[in-house]
Amino acid sequence: MTGDGLLVAVDSPVHRIPAQVKLVALFVFVLAVVSTPAAVFWAFGVYAGMLVAAVAVAKVPAPVVSRRLAVETPFIVFALLLPFVATGPQVSVLGLELSQSGVLGAWNVLAKGTLGVIAAILLSATTAPRELLAGLERLRLPATLVAILSFMVRYLSVVSDDLHRMRVARESRGYMGGRVGHLKAVAGGVGALFVRSFERGERVHLAMRSRGYTGRMPLLSVQGASRGQWMHGVAISVVAVVVAVAARMVSS
Amino acid sequence: MSGPAIQVERLVFAYPDGRQALFGVDFTVERGERVALLGPNGAGKTTLVLHLNGILGSVAGGTGSGRIQIGGTGLHREHLGEIRRKVGLVFQDPDDQLFMPTVRDDVAFGPANLGLRGAELDDRVHEALVQVGMQDHADLAPHHLSFGQRRRVAVATVLAMRPEVLVLDEPSSNLDPAARRELADILAGLDVTLLMITHDLPYALQLCERSLLMDDGRIVADGKTRDLLGDAELMRAHRLELPYGFNPHSVPGPER
Repeated sequence: MTGDGLLVAVDSPVHRIPAQVKLVALFVFVLAVVSTPAAVFWAFGVYAGMLVAAVAVAKVPAPVVSRRLAVETPFIVFALLLPFVATGPQVSVLGLELSQSGVLGAWNVLAKGTLGVIAAILLSATTAPRELLAGLERLRLPATLVAILSFMVRYLSVVSDDLHRMRVARESRGYMGGRVGHLKAVAGGVGALFVRSFERGERVHLAMRSRGYTGRMPLLSVQGASRGQWMHGVAISVVAVVVAVAARMVSS
Repeated sequence: MSGPAIQVERLVFAYPDGRQALFGVDFTVERGERVALLGPNGAGKTTLVLHLNGILGSVAGGTGSGRIQIGGTGLHREHLGEIRRKVGLVFQDPDDQLFMPTVRDDVAFGPANLGLRGAELDDRVHEALVQVGMQDHADLAPHHLSFGQRRRVAVATVLAMRPEVLVLDEPSSNLDPAARRELADILAGLDVTLLMITHDLPYALQLCERSLLMDDGRIVADGKTRDLLGDAELMRAHRLELPYGFNPHSVPGPER
């Protein structure tokens, strides 16, 4: 196992499920969550319970999950604004007049968003980037897209190193701009970074052609997932679908 | 399967922007020879080696003329695949050469393009990694390796294609002394024809009995590395300098 990307390098039953199974499971799970009516609160409790169990089985530390939840922050801000800007019947909460539909809307965004993000965190924490690519390839994602993603995985660190070096070079020559100033400088440097990356792209292409590349990337994956692995991995999503259907029936 | 490893005759080339880089290059490298390609920056060394496997030049649709033969096979469009297998090119920046998610995938890229699959492919990858001593790092991502390790993996990616000619562009650049020596040990132990661009003149003397000196798109000298490096006038005329205190006549070379 490589300590790579967002992977939490431990061995667990979830880590061992083939990536393509996990990708399908995630997709179905998120669909189920999204199609659940917001007012059926118990359904979200069940989803959350299933995710907590999955995170525990995967041996992903809870602090890691909560730290990575930070990507959700912009949505939380938006969700918290909803009760104040939405119109319609008002309810009074702690002396504040809030829109009833706004509160429900905020809950809807918060609950579904958080569940989806946790599920995605679970996938990224249990699957190495390379496995993820191999999984997408098995799922018949067009080879060109897989190749683009694979180059992104490979060169993200190279480009961010470039960016880091440019920052060090700026500061070494006495640049003081604080956070905002740096953003400005980065915006200016993006052009240079683009040219550098473009030139690197050309050199990489030369290197590929030198080794006999004719337009088809070799396949990353060799074996598929067994029926048992599919059953195992998709079980959580099947339960989620059942919950979603039940919730729909209850609310209608 | 006959003829010299590399035969280049009257090679002329100009870049699409009109800048002429090669003005009639002629040289021959016999099988098993180790040859250093020396010369100042901008002499056309990299341009020349990019011709050897048909990346540049008339065969790739560029402007140029001349004749190139690799191991008796003429460089023509219909032989391009075979030529690219025979000539293994190691680029200067390993980050350009290593583009797959793991070391293993990257070393497998070339042989997979040759049509190898399954166990045969795995064997080939393992063999190449053993040759450069990197077999324990096969599952790592390239960016987790040190620079010297990446350079060695870059050599392995090419060795996996079992080339007849190994062409290296500044193999010792940016390496620390230990990594530089380790790479020299690896290169000295390989049983292939070697053509090596370098500014590292002691490295050329250590590994290559013969050297070609290139300047302004021409081969200006061709001879024993020791003689070339010892010719102060020639060296000065082409902006080449030995490191401080280095005497090419007082160190052992690869001569047997």
